Amino acid sequence: MNDVIGYAPWLVGFPLIGAAVLLLGGRALDKWGHWIGVLASSASMILGLWLLFRMIGADPADRVVDHSLWTWLSAGGLDVNLALRLDPLSMTFVGLVTFVGWLIHLYSVEYMAHDPHRRRFFAYLNLFIAAMLVLVLADSYLVLFIGWEGVGLASYLLIGFWDHKRPNAVAAKKAFVMNRVGDMGLIVAMALLFAHTGALDYGTLLGSGASGTAAVDGLDQGTATAVGLALLLAACGKSAQFPLQAWLGDAMAGPTPVSALIHAATMVTAGVYLLVRSGPILDAAPTAQLVVVIVGSVTLIFGAIVGCAKDDIKKALAASTMSQIGYMMLAAGLGPVGYAFAIFHLITHGFFKAGLFLGAGSVMHGMNDEVNMRGFGALRHVMRLTAWSMFFGWLAILGIPPFSGFWSKDKIIEAAFVGEGWQPWVFGGAALIGAGITAFYMTRLMTMTFWGRPRWTEPEYHPHESPGLMVWPQVVLAVGSIALGGVLAFGDVFTTWLEPVVGTPGHHEPVLAVPVLMGATIGVVVLGAVIGYAMYRRDVPAEAPRGSVLTRAARRDLFQDTVNEGLVMKPGQGVTAVLVTADTGVIARGWATLAGGVAALGAWLRKAQTGYVRAYAASMAAGVLIIGVVIALVATLGQTAGA
Amino acid sequence: MTVPWLTTLVVFPLVAAVAVWLPGLVGSRRDGAGGAGLAKTTALTAALVEVLVLIGAFLEFDTATAAEYQLAETHAWIPQIGASYALGVDGVSLLLVALAVVLVPLVLAAAWREQGDNGLHLRRYLALVLILESLMVAVFAARDVFLFYVLFEAVLIPAYFLIGGFGQGPQRRRAAVKFLMFSLAGGLIMLAAVIALYFQVPVDPATGLRPEDAFLTTNLTGLELDPVAGRLMFAGFFIAFAIKAPLVPVHSWLPDVAGNATPGTSTLLICVLDKIGTFGMLTLCLPLFPEASRWAAPLVIALAVVSVLYGAIAAIGQTDLLRLVGWTSVSHFGFIILGIFTFTGLGTAGSAFMMLNHGLATGALFLTAGFLVARHPDRSQAIADYSGLRTVTPVLAGTFLVAGLATLSLPGLATFVSEIMVLVGAYGDTPGWALAAIPGVVLAAMYILLTYQKMFTGDVAEGLDRMPDIGRRERFVAAPLVVGLLVLGLVPQLALDYVDAPSARAVAGIEAVADVGAAGAADAGTPAEGNE
Repeated sequence: MNDVIGYAPWLVGFPLIGAAVLLLGGRALDKWGHWIGVLASSASMILGLWLLFRMIGADPADRVVDHSLWTWLSAGGLDVNLALRLDPLSMTFVGLVTFVGWLIHLYSVEYMAHDPHRRRFFAYLNLFIAAMLVLVLADSYLVLFIGWEGVGLASYLLIGFWDHKRPNAVAAKKAFVMNRVGDMGLIVAMALLFAHTGALDYGTLLGSGASGTAAVDGLDQGTATAVGLALLLAACGKSAQFPLQAWLGDAMAGPTPVSALIHAATMVTAGVYLLVRSGPILDAAPTAQLVVVIVGSVTLIFGAIVGCAKDDIKKALAASTMSQIGYMMLAAGLGPVGYAFAIFHLITHGFFKAGLFLGAGSVMHGMNDEVNMRGFGALRHVMRLTAWSMFFGWLAILGIPPFSGFWSKDKIIEAAFVGEGWQPWVFGGAALIGAGITAFYMTRLMTMTFWGRPRWTEPEYHPHESPGLMVWPQVVLAVGSIALGGVLAFGDVFTTWLEPVVGTPGHHEPVLAVPVLMGATIGVVVLGAVIGYAMYRRDVPAEAPRGSVLTRAARRDLFQDTVNEGLVMKPGQGVTAVLVTADTGVIARGWATLAGGVAALGAWLRKAQTGYVRAYAASMAAGVLIIGVVIALVATLGQTAGA
Repeated sequence: MTVPWLTTLVVFPLVAAVAVWLPGLVGSRRDGAGGAGLAKTTALTAALVEVLVLIGAFLEFDTATAAEYQLAETHAWIPQIGASYALGVDGVSLLLVALAVVLVPLVLAAAWREQGDNGLHLRRYLALVLILESLMVAVFAARDVFLFYVLFEAVLIPAYFLIGGFGQGPQRRRAAVKFLMFSLAGGLIMLAAVIALYFQVPVDPATGLRPEDAFLTTNLTGLELDPVAGRLMFAGFFIAFAIKAPLVPVHSWLPDVAGNATPGTSTLLICVLDKIGTFGMLTLCLPLFPEASRWAAPLVIALAVVSVLYGAIAAIGQTDLLRLVGWTSVSHFGFIILGIFTFTGLGTAGSAFMMLNHGLATGALFLTAGFLVARHPDRSQAIADYSGLRTVTPVLAGTFLVAGLATLSLPGLATFVSEIMVLVGAYGDTPGWALAAIPGVVLAAMYILLTYQKMFTGDVAEGLDRMPDIGRRERFVAAPLVVGLLVLGLVPQLALDYVDAPSARAVAGIEAVADVGAAGAADAGTPAEGNE
């Protein structure tokens, strides 16, 4: 690896240059600028896959390599280089991000063909790729933070891409601010780590590869717990986990390729990456791990319930993303038994969820940008390839063997059932029930969209298959949804590959026998799917029926916005109003009164200007005396101290 | 022969100011439009030549000894009271001199049309800006406390006239008076402390007099002060600096100035001039009064954190664009003061770096805001009068956003590096207060992005649909600031090489006192609980 690592910075360099050229190039590039974006993304993808295969070919012992570019910061006892770490974990992400990113660049060429600002769109996409690669390739928390907020910026810019409509701009701002709430956690984590170890780079903190010492091993449990919880807060913001999940649904305001790439396949999974990367810290903090597991379980159920009630195809998929990332978080909180499967599910999910989103975009493309599934139905006849691609994505997310999702999700459910006491039953149970609900809402989505009867009429709608450049990326992702999981699970290839970073999962017996679990999982999945199909096969009224209490709550995202508004926004606005009033009414007026008092004193003194020399002399003497006393006092104090 | 770089930097703008101001010298024959243009060109050229001189000074400066005063010049001035004309810069002061010198030509270019074509009015404005530049350079380079004090007061004169005579708000005269009153009150208190400090210098036993260079900072550092006297004098300096910085609750002058001065004047005042406050804390309060600094630190840190949050919340509640930018500075000055008074190498270096970065970021924000106000048919500063401009002026919107992102300390930009250094450093000293300051980063995201949302997104406000996008002159103004923020964000070490050593020296001075104190306490008899 060492001989080729010098090329690694270009992974970031190509898309960064692409973004810069597109943004600074101006209108001259409007016609063909998107091809610059595609070129930059392709270059990064080819280099990324080449490096990935070089690493696969390398000896496992040599698979963790650091490459320093320049001294980024060396002051006040903190030394951080702008450096990259190439290891199986980061290179897995490089493969996912550059490959899926490349497909979505291609897709976007057609999807955004009629948008006058396509050039700007590609600039932001390139910027996102660059930032995401900084995030995963960084070899310190500080450099990771550049990518971390960099992807947040790209996400902000892309959610608000059509910000001439105010709600889109509000959604973008909401995403950034909620992410910032999470980012406080990363700042706290860095402060704690620096205070206790004096370093922020992975080499010192986490060790490098199998050998070497890790500074975090010296942390006491309390500190490790605090760091772990702080990192979890950061992860919750970025990965839309409870209680910082409310931004993701609104983020669907962005163009659909953005939803596929950023808000499904890559950026939102960065929280999982952060926790798995920080595994040695979490391992030392059982309490933090437990909280991670709880957050993951709550979110996976939360997202699944919301997903059942959404009629907007993108919002249903967004809820599903939240729920699936909940699975990954749950796995990451289980420790070494779960890390590899968290990443495994992240990869397979990256493929099938990106494919589902691109499919949704393709449907919208053919349906006048309609997102309400109540207006769809029977679209499989008019957009065959899209329907087939989404069909395989559906099988994958349900976890039907042998499709991709089965290999990763089943392992997480299995791992969740490992342990003692009440925990395996609660967390394993949540994961199992979640699988059933997932099957229900995904089948509902597929049925309402592709099966059943058409609820649209020509010529108002004229659904058609999308152009080739949009369809083929979907097909490629569908192939991934079919086969990637099986390939990576074959002979435990993937877990072995990640071993240098996350250790070995080891062998643990779940509280129920593995075949029983597998059978139960498939049972609830089939049950969920059958109910979903039966319910939405025939009657889908154009207006959503009132529904049960739970349905209505789920439609409103289980009141997440109401809660945030009541607990944070309203009080915050109150505090702001009070403070602004108090500043002018109390502080500024206080100083004005003081100044007025001094002026009144002056006026009084002026009245005392009686014209008598004696009076002047007396007041002058008094003034001199006061000043003299002050100086003498201070001087004497000083002299005595000096003596 | 060595070049007197600093004196050149001080004198050259003064000469230029005289040339621009005096009738008959430059373009004032008719004081018509042509003459006004010549005066502007002269002033801008002078400001750019000053940048060249600055480059010369940088080449002469050796970062290996950044903690030492370099480019030093010392001449007797008023030996009877121990005052000298002594200039010299360490790494921190050099960067602040650079900030002043770099911002002046940008401000002049940004305000190219702002002051109209009235010759006399314009020439006065230009001369005042150049005089202000000269005094700002001098105050950061002063190595003599008396000289520093004189300059500290002298800068008020051009600043006062720039706010009151050339501002654009209806309340500009009031704002100018308010600014002057606050500053003079602080200056008066500081004067008492300066005089008291003089009497602390030991008398030469042979002559019975104090040395003729008693006011040199080097002579005033390390004096053995009576704790009470030291604390009183510290307070004298600190209050003056806190008013200038400004720290809540003595901040009340700043929003009024920001709302009524021109954006260019606000840039010079808030981005450069106010740094005298934090600069003074770092280079005078800490070394001169280490014991008192330690003693006051808990209160100062508390006020700094209050400033961080108070300024940010107040910014969110503003309806006037320029006042809002002013308030963001209250928040940022809170961060700077927090870093200085946590006495950690990381936090203090972060603060020193932040003094530079805040100038670049807030300067960019003020000036871009000024571009917008200048375009508005009514010259409105009300945020509510703008809407949907991203589609009308995309490049200007992008520039505003970049300046805003720098203000909210986005990683990748210089401001992030300094802010994280302050927070991480502060955590090592006072975890509780550091944690209390961290929500400031969320509030920053809100005040910037809310403003962007209101002004640049949604439907285009009535009458603004033909607003011109950023022009060439405005690009010339914005580009250096954006490039500076990016370069220092990706290679912050370029600047940290200048500030690390001086910050470390300031912290070491404080720690020396702490060690003495700890040893004293141990001697006094707490052997059982001695340090392990």
